[in-house]
Amino acid sequence: MSLQWIGKPINRVGGVERATGAQKYIGDLRLDNMLHARLVRLDIGRARIDRIDTRAARRVKGVRAIFSAGDLPVPMPRFGPSAADQPLLAVGETKFHGEPVAIVVADDEDAAEEAAALVKVKYTELPGVYTIDAALDPASALVQDPALRSANQYARSNIMKEWHFGWGNVNQVVPQQVVENTYTFPMISHFAIEPFTFLAAPLKDGVEVYSAIQHPFGLQRIIAKALSLPVAKVRIIAPDPGGGFGGKGYPKHEPLLAWTAMQMGRPVRLALSLEESFQVARRAACQVHVRTGFTTEGYLLFQDLEANFLVGAYTDITERVISKSSYIATGAYSIPNVRIVARGLFSHTAPSTAFRGFGVPQLNWAIESQMNEAARLLGIDAVELRRRNIPKKDEVIVLNDTPADGNWVESLDKTAKAIHWGAPLPPNNGRGIAMGIKPSATTANSNTFVRLLHDGSALVFSGTSDMGQGARTIFSQIVSEQLSIPLEKVTIYSGDTAQVPFDVSTSASRSTVFMGNAVLKACADIRSKLVNMACEHFGMPPEQVKVDGGCVCVAGMRLSFADLIREYYGPTRGEVLGYGETRGKYIPSHPLGGKVSFWEVIAVGVEVEVDTATGYVTVKKIVNSSDVGKALNPKQVETQDEGATVMGLGHTFMEHLILDSHGRILNLGALDYRIPTIQDIPFDIESYLIENQDGPGPYGSKGVSESGVIAISPAISAAVYEACGVAIRDLPLTPERVWRALQG
Amino acid sequence: MKKKTLPITLTVNGIRHTLQVAPNHTLLKVLREQLELTGTKECCGAGECGACTVLLDGRAVNSCLVLAVEADGCQVVTIEGLAGTDPLIDSFVEKGAIQCGFCTPGMILSAKYVLMQHPHPTLEQVQKGLEGNLCRCGGYRRIAEAVLAAAEEGDE
Repeated sequence: MSLQWIGKPINRVGGVERATGAQKYIGDLRLDNMLHARLVRLDIGRARIDRIDTRAARRVKGVRAIFSAGDLPVPMPRFGPSAADQPLLAVGETKFHGEPVAIVVADDEDAAEEAAALVKVKYTELPGVYTIDAALDPASALVQDPALRSANQYARSNIMKEWHFGWGNVNQVVPQQVVENTYTFPMISHFAIEPFTFLAAPLKDGVEVYSAIQHPFGLQRIIAKALSLPVAKVRIIAPDPGGGFGGKGYPKHEPLLAWTAMQMGRPVRLALSLEESFQVARRAACQVHVRTGFTTEGYLLFQDLEANFLVGAYTDITERVISKSSYIATGAYSIPNVRIVARGLFSHTAPSTAFRGFGVPQLNWAIESQMNEAARLLGIDAVELRRRNIPKKDEVIVLNDTPADGNWVESLDKTAKAIHWGAPLPPNNGRGIAMGIKPSATTANSNTFVRLLHDGSALVFSGTSDMGQGARTIFSQIVSEQLSIPLEKVTIYSGDTAQVPFDVSTSASRSTVFMGNAVLKACADIRSKLVNMACEHFGMPPEQVKVDGGCVCVAGMRLSFADLIREYYGPTRGEVLGYGETRGKYIPSHPLGGKVSFWEVIAVGVEVEVDTATGYVTVKKIVNSSDVGKALNPKQVETQDEGATVMGLGHTFMEHLILDSHGRILNLGALDYRIPTIQDIPFDIESYLIENQDGPGPYGSKGVSESGVIAISPAISAAVYEACGVAIRDLPLTPERVWRALQG
Repeated sequence: MKKKTLPITLTVNGIRHTLQVAPNHTLLKVLREQLELTGTKECCGAGECGACTVLLDGRAVNSCLVLAVEADGCQVVTIEGLAGTDPLIDSFVEKGAIQCGFCTPGMILSAKYVLMQHPHPTLEQVQKGLEGNLCRCGGYRRIAEAVLAAAEEGDE
């Protein structure tokens, strides 16, 4: 059957509102009788808080309250998506640069800002842990109080946790070629263009929190726990985020603001500056030491990999980031012997959290660079080397998990062809290629209601947040296709826990598959109810009733949905409510809690030119080929791949948070941090979508949106090597770094 | 004690406003909070990201770097002033140049200024004109395509 809406490059739902400024983001919302808050932060990493003097601050006109740790309940409420270890305000000491020590509440923003600057905090700098080496050094200070995690065997060290994955025996095989290296990936910032803003308003017996959060239900659970409220008494309202990338996945200051609003008995707004937004979330730095063994023909024999992730002072979601990414530290290859050791290391730095790619970009930088180096050492073409090791569809990729779920070599070959792999190049030019693989969501629950209204239009209630990826568009397309309702008659409601049913998160490229399937089921539910209604009303058996093209065919009639609802309910009308649920099965014994629902796979090829006098690398062309199963909206899929790739160019060439010896971030803000501008990127980016309808999502789709960011760095570094003969193993590949390497 | 304010007049999207503004408030803050024109976005507040771009007397400026009192007597065009009339809006939607949309209003105002200076811009002129506008979702390519397409549209 031909598809009318699915597979078409339909313009994004909400695009016009975004282009005209009509879209309301969290920063645009105002509540009646609202107060304004500002946080007091210290310009130091770890410090003991000796005294907080608020006298001058309290004299500022319009100041209503100033709270520090002593004003909060004892013990200090703590929060977090896994370990509840982050305090609402710093207790006794700050554990990272920018950890808030007090909150000032005032009638307007000016007063709050003026007063916050007048809060005098006397502090003493304490020795801090700011690097991977320091975190591993047993002589270093402990970041977390062992009493907070007494059950953890690593409580008396700075190791958060350690994971071991693998099979076979890496020591028993004798390889003909070993590649052994250490790679580093720095801390980087999400830098969504929308900085963080939060609002909280007290309710009679609970609290309402506004946050542009990707996972409203997670925030609801965490606030309820931190403030000892029933979940039903916490309402989260989540406007569409102005960029998320994982940075808006987990709670930041919402628990504190909820508590503050309840204390004040009035709504409170807290808007963070861009600089402050840098101080609340980041990507974990990572150091990877890896030995990879091959036969002379280039077949992988083993992967022996150890990864140290430098996380922040609190756990946040990093246990999941590290376990889930290191789980697939084989890359997109079949390897008979694997040993993976990954650990999270606490440090006195801002909490690291989810960030597009979820730990995989850090590891894949090493894994794919190893493949490129092996190809050079073995004298085997880098594309051919990969072809020999990529599993065929349905072959094992990770033992006891979902097998290879696509014809991944097709992505590789498509990219190689499009980048003109092997064709001659001028001097100082080079090509590079890399694969990327990311495990999608495992155990996870998504629910939706679709309401078919009495005029034949439809409402969808979905907890998925549309942060730019275009979830509203995809769900609208599915409903349109399933119920033959024109796109403009479908409205998506999301982002309010009091309106929409539970959805675990908008993450892991899972929404098209998980929520998409739930929407699909809800539409099927509606169709079956329509048939039942027709059977009952016209006294016909089900086999003589058919739903076809937006109509119900019964007793020789073709009734529109609106007509049937009118016939069935009479002139007072009614509606048809469809429910759909998707669940990734929870398997307690599985290392990730459940099997990977699909693998997100990409092959990236690049062509670069290196200016050997300056070390400056110009990217001339990028090709992405993604294994998407089915592109429900090719334009949106392409924009995800392009956007993720350009984001990856940022961490490849320029981005890194630089700390001084006191743990202070030196490059807070747009100009000092630097993300790619329109002057920094190639315009020749081709995105190919491999569509074999072999995914678990609607119409055979898989999720997309992260793969572009996971494979670009190793492809670039391979191209730089081909162009000028230097191998860079530390990101970012700044001109200085390339130039220094060129000097030998 | 009431805070000191100064009277200014601003013509925004063709409508003249007489306002009392705090001397330390930026044009951005006054547009967003006193005139409730929230289409203009705030990101860095330091003139580094372009999200707050508006046209001030026909020139693209970062409204976070202009004090409201400095704009006294000026003509301001914000994204609300282009809505429904400007081919850039449809062009951005059509080309897939919008993802989260937070940079979009500023991007479109900067693009508007490019097209005012160069009705038939080259790619280089578009790049130059948008180099101060950061986008984190997309790849910029579609934004440039949208501006070039809107220029063609303007000819029809």
